[in-house]
Amino acid sequence: MEMLNALLVIVLVLNLFALGTSRILSVIHIVATQGALLGVIPLLLHEHLSLPVILAAAAAILLKGIVIPSIMIRSLRAAQIKREVEPLIGLLPSVILGALATAFVLLFSKQLPLAAHPVNTLIVPASISTVLVGFILLTTRFKALSQVLGYLVLENGIFIFGMLLVQAIPLVVEMGMFLDLFVGVFVISIITNHINQAFSSMDTRMLVSLKEE
Amino acid sequence: MAWVLICFPIIMAALAAAIPSNRWRPWLLPVTALVHTALTFWVLSRPDLAVSSAWLVLDPPGKIILLVVSTLFLFCSFYCVGYLNYRQERSNRIFVACLLTFLGIMSLVTWAHHLGLMWVAIEATTLSTAPLIYFNHSKRSIEATWKYLLVGSVGIALALLGTFFLAYASLPAGLTPTLTLGELLHNAPLLSKPWLRASFVLLLVGYGTKMGLAPMHTWKPDAYGEAPGVVGAIFAGGVTSCAFLAFLRIYHICAAAGEGPYISRLLLFMGLLSMAVAGLFMVGQRDFKRMLAYSSVEHMGILMVGLGLGGPALFGTMLHLVTNGVTKGVLFLSAGNIHRAYASKNTEQVSGAMRRLPLSGALFLAGFLAITGSPPFGPFISEFAILNGAFDNGRFWVAGLFLLFLLVVFMGMGKTVLKVVQGRAPLEVHDTPYHDGWLTAAPPVAFMVLVLLLGLYIPAPLRALLNDAVQFLGSRP
Repeated sequence: MEMLNALLVIVLVLNLFALGTSRILSVIHIVATQGALLGVIPLLLHEHLSLPVILAAAAAILLKGIVIPSIMIRSLRAAQIKREVEPLIGLLPSVILGALATAFVLLFSKQLPLAAHPVNTLIVPASISTVLVGFILLTTRFKALSQVLGYLVLENGIFIFGMLLVQAIPLVVEMGMFLDLFVGVFVISIITNHINQAFSSMDTRMLVSLKEE
Repeated sequence: MAWVLICFPIIMAALAAAIPSNRWRPWLLPVTALVHTALTFWVLSRPDLAVSSAWLVLDPPGKIILLVVSTLFLFCSFYCVGYLNYRQERSNRIFVACLLTFLGIMSLVTWAHHLGLMWVAIEATTLSTAPLIYFNHSKRSIEATWKYLLVGSVGIALALLGTFFLAYASLPAGLTPTLTLGELLHNAPLLSKPWLRASFVLLLVGYGTKMGLAPMHTWKPDAYGEAPGVVGAIFAGGVTSCAFLAFLRIYHICAAAGEGPYISRLLLFMGLLSMAVAGLFMVGQRDFKRMLAYSSVEHMGILMVGLGLGGPALFGTMLHLVTNGVTKGVLFLSAGNIHRAYASKNTEQVSGAMRRLPLSGALFLAGFLAITGSPPFGPFISEFAILNGAFDNGRFWVAGLFLLFLLVVFMGMGKTVLKVVQGRAPLEVHDTPYHDGWLTAAPPVAFMVLVLLLGLYIPAPLRALLNDAVQFLGSRP
């Protein structure tokens, strides 16, 4: 359990790094590391390793740690951009905001009606604060790729919560979720490439022609 | 049987991707749709086929959605052949394959009795329909697709968190967490209330985004405005119905858990808000396809109001699902034809559709009268039933606001529609080659006949199905 909590603390620290970095390539690496770490956690959570658990963990590490990051890096190369332009709120303020959100969730989680069984772990608060950080990334960044990274952090947060519910989520369904995530990122990266070609930029502030007149 | 309905369209999608001829490929759509509809009717007539496995069960609400979407898809598939004939300059490989995949996944949504599986299917409908919005490959369609994908993915991600919360709600009571609908309904009163409520809110936001409830509707006007008309019909009648079905599951569980009063307030608020927002944006709307998008927002709001009223309004709500689906078919297909003929969807350029395209223009006008709840069309019956439910419950405020918003929508929409159909067509539009042909005019006519029939007489089997669904939503296995 201590091992598990230590890993979750690393996940939370990675959240703050993702918020405070302007090089998009570095953010991709941070999110990839976070995803791969999350793939390892189910292996620690179970005393008896069954085949479905190992398969799901392997799929998560492969997808979140390797496949999705490489799709993102390819889009990044094609777009020839390096940094996020000035975010809506600066890097340092967004780190502080993320830290405050995390601290608040950690304090607040004492009040939640948690189940007795895996109660002394950080799983629920880590999940909710990662979801919040994902939201901060999504709403304050302007480059299409950065927004996708925010979505991936959000997805990672939800994935953490899913670890509590292994009995409820059979392998087939979990694989379906991974497939959706993969196809989703694939389709989104195609669209970001088209945005880049059509607008010569990945700045989503260019996408403003559709509105009420 | 479930597997055939789900896998057959997906196999046909693979086949569509393999066929090289741009002219013949679209014909796979009606072929697949005919088989799918025939199988649907067969399954509906044979109750013993409705259980395929513990996770794949076709219950009465699922049957209604399957029937609506299969019929909608059948008519739209013929229209697609006609439409894609006009668009031979562009490859329709991805378009046809995605449409067929959507049909298969939609069948999975209606059968899924495992909420995790249902989530996977709903997310897959988002992904399979995104390329449809992008069909025109213009800057504007890129923007619409991007907004749809991003807003839709985030919404659906929240729905996943809500689904997890729902499974977690079993844990504090010492139950094994589960996501199968039967077990959840059975254990509903034991579920942890705070987690159940949190899950309800997240699923309302998540699947509400997919349905296009205000204030999560922002992607909708952009997507419906930029996508081909037939895609609008499939979205407004099919995708939204699937999301509504997913939402119906959590509604059912909450009702079984005795949370009725809590969810009712939220639903009425969301429903009336959607109707109000739609009404506001329809007044003075010059883009008639965006206007239809707001009409869809309004009707999702009506469905939410119906659910929120519950009890006597449920029959009307389930019926409205059917009537809204087919009426949206009339509107979007005829709007697509008008858009094609005028090469514009702005009322500054479009007028006199009744003279330029007598059939499509008349259908657009009749569709408008139907969707705003004028007798003798289908939506009048369903909206009236919901209103009646409000009076039966003694919710006079809700009934009053409901009527007020319907009136605002009628006036706002009426102004735009009349501008489109009345008057004299500008001279230059007579040069566009489009004329109503069999394939593009017959499907909206068929939809219109259905709308009229549903307003005059609801066939006994459909009535039985609707009553079954109402009874099912009030029951706990």
